[in-house]
This record gives sequence, structure tokens and C-alpha cells, in this order.
Amino acid sequence: MNLLKLSWKNLTNKPLAMLLSIVLFALGVGLISLLFLLDNQLQKNFEKNLAGIDLVIGAKGSPLQLILSSMYHIDAPTGNVSLKEIRPFLNPRHPLIETAIPLSMGDSYKGYRILGTETKILDFYEVTLAEGALWEKNFEATIGAGIAKELGLNIGDEFASSHGFMDDDDFAHDHNFKVVGILEPSGTVLDQLILCTTQSFWIVHDHEMEAEAPAEEEEDHDGHEHAEGEDHDHEGHEHAEGEEHEPEEGAPDEHEGIPDALIEEPDDKEITSLLIKFKGRNFQALNMQRSINENTDLQAATPAIEINRLFSLMDTGEQALRVLAIVIIFVSGLSIFISLYSSLKDRQYELALMRVMGATPNTLFALIVLEGLLLALLGFIVGIFLSHGGMQLFAGAMQEAYRYTFSGLEFLREELYLFFGALGIGLVAAIIPAIRAARTDISETLSEG
Amino acid sequence: MLLTQDLQYAYRDDGPTLQFPDIKCQTGDHWLLLGQSGSGKTTLLHLLAGLRTPKSGKIKVNDTVINQLPSRQLDQFRGRNIGVIFQEAHFVRSLTVAENLMLAQKLAGITPSIKAAKEILEHLNIAHKLNARTSQLSIGEQQRVNIARAMINKPTVILADEPTSALDDQNTAQVVDLLRREAKEANATLLIVTHDNRLKTIFDQQIEL
Repeated sequence: MNLLKLSWKNLTNKPLAMLLSIVLFALGVGLISLLFLLDNQLQKNFEKNLAGIDLVIGAKGSPLQLILSSMYHIDAPTGNVSLKEIRPFLNPRHPLIETAIPLSMGDSYKGYRILGTETKILDFYEVTLAEGALWEKNFEATIGAGIAKELGLNIGDEFASSHGFMDDDDFAHDHNFKVVGILEPSGTVLDQLILCTTQSFWIVHDHEMEAEAPAEEEEDHDGHEHAEGEDHDHEGHEHAEGEEHEPEEGAPDEHEGIPDALIEEPDDKEITSLLIKFKGRNFQALNMQRSINENTDLQAATPAIEINRLFSLMDTGEQALRVLAIVIIFVSGLSIFISLYSSLKDRQYELALMRVMGATPNTLFALIVLEGLLLALLGFIVGIFLSHGGMQLFAGAMQEAYRYTFSGLEFLREELYLFFGALGIGLVAAIIPAIRAARTDISETLSEG
Repeated sequence: MLLTQDLQYAYRDDGPTLQFPDIKCQTGDHWLLLGQSGSGKTTLLHLLAGLRTPKSGKIKVNDTVINQLPSRQLDQFRGRNIGVIFQEAHFVRSLTVAENLMLAQKLAGITPSIKAAKEILEHLNIAHKLNARTSQLSIGEQQRVNIARAMINKPTVILADEPTSALDDQNTAQVVDLLRREAKEANATLLIVTHDNRLKTIFDQQIEL
């Protein structure tokens, strides 16, 4: 019968009081740990996907939206830009730009975004091919590991893209993509994307224009609608409506062949945005953003700045939750204190008796402190279980919303601090009752019976 | 052996002083300490058990002057050498009978042994309550477990404070028998503090307060 066992028995002797303390404590700990987990995993995901990208150029609109749509694929794009406008940045001899990667988006397959881009995007994110090949020809697709797993797609499978970002068969295009390769899982956005050539995008949309909207040609000519968002409707197609006038349009070799370099394509073709890596972060490079924003119809945004802005926005809400969690923890500490303190009154005689049997005041002190620590420890364990279990449970839903992998099985250094914090609260809550227990006047207590 | 010499006690430093007659109980003696309510019987018992500190004088248990021991050593000494039986049996409620006995061993610094607990309970004819909660015991049973707990560490001095006042005649006779038998077998000094007249006829050696 050691002290730990005795304090455990004392606690379980009053199961309801014990339950209340533990549940309160677990709520506080669970909330804080969940905040840590969310914050950490979001931040890690966001940072991983910065991928050394210095600048994103796209259509005018909200810079945060441009970054979120082009780099994180969680928001609608700001619109499209024509090759004419963007061509200077595609020039490999541009003095400031080391790499520029064009992105075209607006289509999806079963809710997963299809991204028209170039293969060097893999170098940005440091992702390698797991099997198969990279997309070279139009309508070849290399898919992220997450999609392959989720949708059970294999090399050789074909699928039809649909318009917009919703999983809706009504908007299905009639061109089939063929899976030629699958990427290694990387924990980046590429896990959740379908990659193909930029030109595939144009062909899909040109054909549709031709098939269903010849009558609207004129209207389209004067009313360009550069909104490539989720609210896409078929009437508003802006994808290179001039395509009909192209002489080689519809030539079969264009569909299967290896497309030309983007810089060679006609002026009126469009892409959604451009990811840019500078040669060096010098003054000129930094100035380029301002100059683009001031002098062109394009918008340039710096990912790091926008993401910091996003985090500071989220921080406010997070802070409120953190305060709430701290209040709950404080209340739970109070509940431990009250339950220990009030149990002393019932146990005074017991404690005096233990002194008669040879216990020193320190023994009684230790006994009560152990009870406080046990409550805190159990609360901590239940709380951690709640937060990680919850995280694991919601990982699926979060994955869809943010296109990253979330996990409830990851443990953080902060949680170690939380552990010591929890024990600290248990200790503080127990210390006054413990001192009182240690000071029990044996003789007085026993005389009172 | 239990000795006191010029023992004085004051409840408060500036309060009136209680004067106690010298006590001299040889090892193996059985004594009755008699006195009316309010005569300081319980106070004297607490002094003898080292639960209170006398204002002056000496309390000697075997060869140790206990009122000169540092508090930690006194706690330990009490746990090992002095068995105290109170008027009402109190226990650690969250523990079973056996666990209460083992706690007494543990707190006295003796390795807890379920075997020893079982033995003494058998001796007191209550082994069947080994795993019972103390709250499930009748008063007579409680008092026997109380004795068992006081005796488990084989103390050399047994102090009993009104052990029979809450019991009927039959239980009283049993408890007194048990106390005497256990004390005799352990060759311990037994001192019973009481105002219970039923006991006066049983013990020859008596001290009046």
C-alpha cells in the first residue's frame, strides 16, 4: 500500500468529483493541444508549399486570393491573363527571373483540381515521379499520390474533366485525359492535383466553344469575362474564344502532339497565373512587383507576405480560443483545488489517524499533492486523447478543404510543455490543501472524534 | 515499559497547567487509568502517545524519552512501538480492512505483508472481513479491526482510549479479553484510559486522575 496507490484509491472513492475535475481539465488541455496541432500543421503545410516561390503574377484582384488559388489551390482564381500581357515574363532571357511556371486552372475531376502547367513545377516542390511518366503531350495527366489513392486511379486510366471546381457531371467536358504517371507523396499541394499541359486546357475549352456557342461569338467578343471562379457558367467562357479563327484549329496532330513552348503561342491565349523564382532577391527584383502592379493590368503578389497576413488574420480568432482554453484550465485547476480542499474536511480524522500510525506531516503533504497531480495527469491524458482523436477524425474533412494531409498521430514539442504546465497546475491546485493536511493537529482532531 | 515523571501540560502557553501523577507501568503490565470526564484522561493518553508535547517533565517508553525526540523520529517511533486504540474506530475509508492494516505497516516503515494482516485478523476472529470495506463492519467488528491495526506492528505499548464506551456488555467483555490476550502474547504494556465502571473489576492495577 504505497502513497500513490492510496491517493488513487482516495480519488476513486469519490468517482463523481474525480470525473468532474478530469473532464474539465481534459477540455482545457484538449482545446489547447488542438490549437497547437492545427496551428502547427497548417503553418507547416503553408510553409512547405511556399516552395521558394518569390512572386505570383496573375489577374488583378485580391493578392491573398491570387496566392491562395495559385499556390494553395484553396480559393477561386482571380481571373485569367492573356499571353500577350504575360509573355515578357516567360522569356528565358529575362534578367531577373530564374524560372517562371505558367498555371492554368478552372477544371477539375471529382473535386480535384486539374492544373495546366509545365513539368519544371516538380522541381519547385521537389517532388519526384513514383511511377509512369510526366505529362508531355496534351491530354496526358500525371496525378498526385493523394488522388491516385483516393480515387483509385492507375496508369492508363482515362477520365473526363469537368468545368469549375465542383464534382458535377453536368459540367463534364468531352475530352478524356489519360493518366501517364503518378507522383511520390510529398505532403505538398501536388499530392492533391492533376497535372497536364497548358494547351490541353485550351483545347478542351476551344472545342466546347465551337460546339455549343457559335451564336454567342459576337457577345463574347465585346464582353470578356475574366472570372475563372467556381461560379463558372457555360455562357461566360473566356478561354481563347478567338480559337475558331485559327487555321490549324481542329487538326488532329495538335491534340496528341507535344505542344509548343508557351512563349511561341499566340497573344490571345490565356493562362491563370505565373509562379516566379528570382535569380536573386535584389532591389530590382523587389521593385518588379511594384512596377507590375502600377504599370500593367497584371497583379503581382509575394507569397510570404500574403501568408503572414493570413496567419495574422487567423491569429485573432486563435487568440480568443486560446483565452477560452486558459479560462477552462484555470477553472479546472480551481475544481481540483475545491475537490481536494473539501475532501480534507471529511478526511481530517483519517489524516490524523495516519499520523498516529507513523506518517510524518510530509507524508500527508505528499499524499494530497499526489492526488492533485494524478487528477491533472489523467485530465492531460484524456485531453490529449481528445485532441488527437478529434484531429484524426477530422483529418479527412480538413484534407478536402485545405488540400493537405493532416494527421492526429503527430505529437509536438509544445505538448510536452503543456504536459509540464498541466502538472504545474495540478501541483498549484493541491498545494494549499496539502499544506493544510500536513498541519493537521492530530490531538485536537482525535479529541473531537 | 511506560514511565512519566513530573508531567505537566498546558493547552495554551499562558493557560492553566495540568499536573499529572507519575506513572510507572512495567513491561507486560496491564493498567487502567480512571477519571471523570474533563479530568484530562484523553490529554494524558495523547501525551503518552506523543501526539501532544508536555510543558515539562519526561515520558519514557522503554528506554526512549519520547518528548525529546525530533518530530519525524517521534512519528516513526510511535508507528513502531505504540499501538493506539481510540474510542470510535476510524479507518481510511477508501481502503479495505486488509489495506488499512497494511497501511499501518507501511507508515511505520515496516514492509506491508498481507500474511501478517491475515494472521492477526484470524487471531481476532475476523479474517472473513479481510477484503470488506470498513464501512460495512458492525461496531463490534470495527473495534476488533481497530485492535488488529493497533497490534499489527507488535507494539511494546498499547494505549486504549475508552475502547468499550460505545459497546454493549457482550462486546465489551470480548474486546477487553482480546486486548488482554493480545497484550499478553506480545508481552506489551497495556494502558486503558476509561471511565467505564465495567472494567474496574477486571484490572487490579489502576491509576486515578
